[in-house]
Amino acid sequence: MADIGIESQPILPLRGISIEALASPARRARKEAAIRFIFLLAALVSIAISLLIVLSLVREASVFAFNIDWRQTWGQIGWFPRQGVYDMPTVLVSSLIVTGVAMLVAGPLGLGSAIYLSEYASRRTRGILKPVLEILAGVPSVVLGFFALFFLSPQVVERLGRNGWLVIGAVLVIAYIAIVASWMRKLIKREIDTPLSTQLVRVAALTFSVAFGLILIWWVLRVAGPSDVDNGLPFVKRGGQLAAAAVGVGILTIPLVASVSEDALASVPQELRQASAGLGARKITTTIQVVLPAAVSGIVAAFIIGVSRALGETMVVFMAGGAADAARFTDSPFEGGLTMTAAMASLATGTDNVVGEGLTFQSLYFVGFVLFVLTLGLNIIAGRFVNRVREKY
Amino acid sequence: MVRLLPSKERLSKGSRVSAEELAADVAVDAVASEQTAPTDAIIDDDMPESDLVFNVSDLSVYYGDFRAVRDVNMAIRPKEITALIGPSGCGKSTVLRSFNRMNDLIPTARVEGTLLYRGVDLYDERVDPVEVRRRIGMVFQKPNPFPKSIYDNVAYGPRVAGQKKGLDDVVESSLKKAALWDEVKDRLNESAIGMSGGQQQRLSIARAIAGDPEVLLMDEPCSALDPIATARIEELMAELKDEYTILIVTHNMQQAARVSDRTAFYSVEVDEKSDRRTGILVEYTNTEKLFSNPDDERTENYITGRFG
Repeated sequence: MADIGIESQPILPLRGISIEALASPARRARKEAAIRFIFLLAALVSIAISLLIVLSLVREASVFAFNIDWRQTWGQIGWFPRQGVYDMPTVLVSSLIVTGVAMLVAGPLGLGSAIYLSEYASRRTRGILKPVLEILAGVPSVVLGFFALFFLSPQVVERLGRNGWLVIGAVLVIAYIAIVASWMRKLIKREIDTPLSTQLVRVAALTFSVAFGLILIWWVLRVAGPSDVDNGLPFVKRGGQLAAAAVGVGILTIPLVASVSEDALASVPQELRQASAGLGARKITTTIQVVLPAAVSGIVAAFIIGVSRALGETMVVFMAGGAADAARFTDSPFEGGLTMTAAMASLATGTDNVVGEGLTFQSLYFVGFVLFVLTLGLNIIAGRFVNRVREKY
Repeated sequence: MVRLLPSKERLSKGSRVSAEELAADVAVDAVASEQTAPTDAIIDDDMPESDLVFNVSDLSVYYGDFRAVRDVNMAIRPKEITALIGPSGCGKSTVLRSFNRMNDLIPTARVEGTLLYRGVDLYDERVDPVEVRRRIGMVFQKPNPFPKSIYDNVAYGPRVAGQKKGLDDVVESSLKKAALWDEVKDRLNESAIGMSGGQQQRLSIARAIAGDPEVLLMDEPCSALDPIATARIEELMAELKDEYTILIVTHNMQQAARVSDRTAFYSVEVDEKSDRRTGILVEYTNTEKLFSNPDDERTENYITGRFG
């Protein structure tokens, strides 16, 4: 003690201790404050940038919203921004189709690989496969755009075409009916002393489900029918189409869905698997009955993050979506279409000098704003849903 | 100074309990304890092989090339509670888990020797571990209800075995046997996660017996519970003994003394060269004798607190 240079200070008595002995040196405190300030600044700058982005989006979008003749944005022939025809359903439905079909690809494949990696693969296999999946996540979307345009579109979508669609559609319809039926059966089983309001909600929900089912069946049959664009090919238009782009987007989304679901599955305690095995359950029963329900919040989160990603994907749909600048309204995945993101990208290529009538440029911001609201809403719903599931168990 | 592990000389002298030694012990017990406890009357040596629930001979369990426990010989009789005690790392849980092939879940685990269940070799290649586990149920250290309703938790075993009808009755009778029915009968559809630890552990027991097993393996079932919940589980075990053969691993010697008919004391031997620890069965006899007058000095040291 004595040899580190404090001889000049009186040695403190054992019982008493002065406040200075415990106080931190002023220099140290200043340094801490400075460090704190630097990190606070970093956080503030990020938040400010985000706010400015939203602000600029809202400003230009509101210019569009206040000056547009709203009849131009609904029920028109399609999305022709240079001619002043801004049919929102065209881009909305295309985005919906791409997102839906992409999730048909990414959902089963992503969750399937997650289940394999978490439940079945040996440590060594997992060590090899996980990095491979991560490489897939790192494939630039422009590469997948080419892949979708030059391989998926001519080789897969055109070959499978509308016949393939009938199969997928039938599976969709059957799955939908099964889900609604099992849900109904559960309701009927527990129907003791339910209040009238609950009953009414159930009737309303049931009516909605049946109506949605009928629309689903109508849509599947309609898309499977003959194309109204007669281009000499038996089934589909040569070149890009939404289905090919959507499959490409789906492939891009697989790693995301897989890794988030895999995290969710891996966080299910090992004891639950052991308990299930100890009760004489086979591995597949354990996985379906115990592990998946225990991980449901994480899996739902994975799917919603996947939907967000698919909705926001630009390059693949822009390259392989089958339309540039403008598109007619379509509700068929086998025709070219323009998603919200592709509509924005194709107008704003390289310059803000967009040729068109007065509001063409602002329309991009408006679409961007709609996309922003959709994604934000999706994330909020996801958050609430996940919390509700967590509370339940 | 407390000696933590038995010396090498004594290990080499009598570490392996052979079937003959065991048989001799048992015969002495039957005579010695005739007056003390009525349950001791069934501990006799001439029980035919086919009446034994388990007959373990020269069982060794390996994890990779590490031998976790070696040369275990035990005979388990029906409708008795057998306790497995011993210090940490002595392989008692490993042995318990080999009784319903739970060790199969660990990829590197491997078993040598024979483990007969009702005369059938459990490790015969034709034996399906899933079938084994439906007959030999298990309750774990931590209560681990599934994130499902109380009803679905109990009905899980019968359901995975393919039963669809009469589940209500099975759930009710299992919960009654587990002394849980009165507490939960009005909230069978609520999640099991909201129950107290003691209730969850009784639910685990109800879940294990719902599949109608013959044997219950309990791996330190009370170590996560408070004394009151522990007492309830112990009471329950005494009741379940009428219908089930129970094997329990416990760290709590008083618990073993209170609930079990027979006790197996496991210990650890350390290879001085490689510092590897292998579990061994030191002594296996009826509980009264083991706790009052053990044959092996190591057992005596352990139960009197001088070691472990």
